[in-house]
Amino acid sequence: MSILGTRVIRTEDPRLLTAGGVYVDDLREPELDGAARVTFVRSTVAHARITGIDTSEALAQPGVVAVLTVADMTDFPPPPPPTPIDPDAPPVEGPMPLGGPWSEPLLAVDKVRFVGEPVAMVLTDNRYQGEDAAELVSVDYEPLPAVVTFDDALAGQTLLFDGTDTNVSQRRDGAFDDSAFDGCDVVVEGDIVNQRVACLPMEGRAIAASWKDGKLTVWASTQNAQLSRLILTAIGLPPDAIRVVAPDVGGGFGAKIGVDREAILVAWAAKHTGRAVRWVESRSENLTAMTQGRAQRHHIKIGGTADGRIQAYRLDIVQDTGAYARMSGFLPSLTVLMAPGVYDIPSVQAGYKVVMTNATPIAAYRGAGRPEAAATIERAVDWFAAAAGLDPAVVRKVNYIKNEQFPFVTKTGAPYDTGDYEGALDKVLAAAGYEELRAEQRRRREAGEVKQIGIGLASYSEITAPDPAAGETAKVEVHDDGTATVYTGSSAHGQGHHTAYAMLVQAELGIPMDKIEVIHGDTDLIPVGVGTYGSRSLQLGGTAVHKAAIEVKEEAAAKAAQLFEASASDVQLDTEAGLWHIAGDPDKSLTWAQVAGAAEGGLIVANVHFTQERPTFPFGTQLSLAEVDTETGKVTLLRHVTADDAGTILNPILFEGQRHGGIAQGAAQALCEEILYDADGNPLTSSLADYGAITAAELPSFELVTSETPTDLNPLGAKGIGEAGTIGATPAVHNAVIDAVAHLGVRHIDMPMTPERVWTAIQEAKKASAK
Amino acid sequence: MSKVSLTVNGKEITADVEDRTLLVHFLRDVADLTATNVGCETTSCGACTVLLDGESVKSCTVLAAQADGRQVTTLEGLASENGEMSAVQKAFHENHGLQCGFCTPGFVMAITSLLKENPSPTEAEVRAGLEGNICRCTGYHNIVQAALAAASSTSTASSTSAAEAGK
Repeated sequence: MSILGTRVIRTEDPRLLTAGGVYVDDLREPELDGAARVTFVRSTVAHARITGIDTSEALAQPGVVAVLTVADMTDFPPPPPPTPIDPDAPPVEGPMPLGGPWSEPLLAVDKVRFVGEPVAMVLTDNRYQGEDAAELVSVDYEPLPAVVTFDDALAGQTLLFDGTDTNVSQRRDGAFDDSAFDGCDVVVEGDIVNQRVACLPMEGRAIAASWKDGKLTVWASTQNAQLSRLILTAIGLPPDAIRVVAPDVGGGFGAKIGVDREAILVAWAAKHTGRAVRWVESRSENLTAMTQGRAQRHHIKIGGTADGRIQAYRLDIVQDTGAYARMSGFLPSLTVLMAPGVYDIPSVQAGYKVVMTNATPIAAYRGAGRPEAAATIERAVDWFAAAAGLDPAVVRKVNYIKNEQFPFVTKTGAPYDTGDYEGALDKVLAAAGYEELRAEQRRRREAGEVKQIGIGLASYSEITAPDPAAGETAKVEVHDDGTATVYTGSSAHGQGHHTAYAMLVQAELGIPMDKIEVIHGDTDLIPVGVGTYGSRSLQLGGTAVHKAAIEVKEEAAAKAAQLFEASASDVQLDTEAGLWHIAGDPDKSLTWAQVAGAAEGGLIVANVHFTQERPTFPFGTQLSLAEVDTETGKVTLLRHVTADDAGTILNPILFEGQRHGGIAQGAAQALCEEILYDADGNPLTSSLADYGAITAAELPSFELVTSETPTDLNPLGAKGIGEAGTIGATPAVHNAVIDAVAHLGVRHIDMPMTPERVWTAIQEAKKASAK
Repeated sequence: MSKVSLTVNGKEITADVEDRTLLVHFLRDVADLTATNVGCETTSCGACTVLLDGESVKSCTVLAAQADGRQVTTLEGLASENGEMSAVQKAFHENHGLQCGFCTPGFVMAITSLLKENPSPTEAEVRAGLEGNICRCTGYHNIVQAALAAASSTSTASSTSAAEAGK
């Protein structure tokens, strides 16, 4: 029996469980002996001109190696000249960080634009000295008004960037035509905020660097070493003078795609001072200066027939991108792409504006633009169902893209590959006991009980491997001792790639997993790789490994045939025993060690760069059951039932683990997490004492239902599962809580649905109904 | 500077450290035991949880000097001398209770302590008991499963040994 599809426990675990992982702060490499600690001096104001920096007092402190400001960066290559911007031209479109007047500096030059922006860096012998000295760097600020809200940014009274006349850095007009809603029996409009949240990997950002003999070695907590190396060439070195190593990485969730400006500075400091350096950010730095996610405000309009057919949907997005446009229009363009979700809607109109604010930059966070789309269409469908007086499950069924319509291109241009939306919904409704839950809801409502329940549904489709043409690399080697080594361009940070890829090789070659080593995240060993983000690793990286193993097998078959003095077509591999045979002669066999030993250099090797023709579109339905105490507003999640379909499942344990983590993060956004600023742009959630990260005490165990609809875009049949849980969970929980109090007249509650917000919504609905 | 002497995983370690040295930094920088991680600076996340005289504490909020003369157990001290994982470690492995691994040492120590206080907890008791630890990867589902599995394996083991002792 093949190992594929079976519950294999992880090979990564024993080391992590007995010795702990080796994260950047744990590295004891000889090159990092005596490494100086880097401490950043960060802006304490949201928007100001810098009128002076005095480092003298800090420099006099014990243990201080250097205090570096922008004035020290004379050995940096000059920045490219600013791109002239035609004031009449529309803002640029595209996923890249913006240049020209919108450019993000490394250390602040003459202005700071968010609390937490790096202004200077202090190098000390140890970490405590760094904290002491950094406090003594004196920065003079001339404060400017802060742009904090969506409306502040759109009003443009205060501009973040000189040389511009707007805070709107990019836009895509939706070409809105209201006639699409002509003839609709039911039309609903409203605003939905998808609030700013922290990515919050448990290990924050961390970088160590050493400069020796003309080569820079950088250890980075990153989701992709190869992209990090490309970014680090900014310090004026060619790629081959830089080695980037990703050691164990304590979570990423999109915020560690590549490396940030601090990493470039740390790498430069190693070269500039000649001393090895290490920077490990504190949690307060992490919560103010690591990129954050979501931060979109939506205005929607949805309309359809009285019997539940949605005819038209319009989505108008404002994306707060923070002080610097790291991904600029890319996130809202994914929101536009995924706007109609799982529904076959005849007219879909969507557009966005990207605005700059004096806040932490926004970039990818688990889902990156797609959760925002799902959250809003799923709220909109519930609004529409409520207005039409129909069951939300029925409205979803009526409007789904049907199985026979795949492949299906949506009105926004998304080429959905495969799906069984109704199947996933039916499985969830059956597993949850939907009718019984509705009956219990009716009973509690009729009895006027204090604790009411709500049932929230969310159906979603999402795009995974959104950059399929970039593909992924793999090298598989079989050695003359019978072991195998896999080199992958994917970059594991908790997902279990080492287990998954070893399973693929064992399945193809019959070499047992404990004789297979998987290596990732070292640009000297793997110069070409794309990394792990966008739920791409199994379908692209895994397929590359699978194909490389097949190529190794083909070459080994030819070698075995020579050794057997037989024709290659008569040679067979017994993948259970890992032995080569000749057809019809089971007694004669060769081991992998013998076959590889006969190859040139005692090695059989294959390199594959797999690219996929199109992205894949996983889908599913999640049902959340929430209980609301109508006297206090407190929400308790009672159950969460999901069918998340990401094609063929390689290892159910890993698959479930990705779903569990995603569901928790999605529920967290709905219930308790939000990054907040005061009116002056001061962060109010810069520690875990203030930021409401979800814990075990606020969640139930999850009930997972299996749905498995393969894609035909790769030979594994696999789509991505890294982000699906998050995408489905936020609207399912959101809808559940509102459903619990809908009979009291509550139509909407913005996230996070804290007890205060739920209680206030109930009071306002009571007041409105009393009028 | 103060002289501090701790017994860490059964081994005595003495060093002169700054008065303000946190226990977690003593463990990481002086004892060179790096499994214990720092995940916040507000006693919120529990990544730094260790046992101090057998009870779980967050080592980012304890001064090394406060641990002077006391026993500290870290993740590295849980497996038996022949390398066999403890019941909690085994349960994490078998139940996929970890992904990136960064919060794991803290969770393993917190659960080790929790099961000592309450050898057969309910799911609700496990969840309430883990409120001071944050994991961002697992959604806690399999951590809770691991804690319950470890509880049932140790209670099975102890009832078996009790039965054998009674023979």
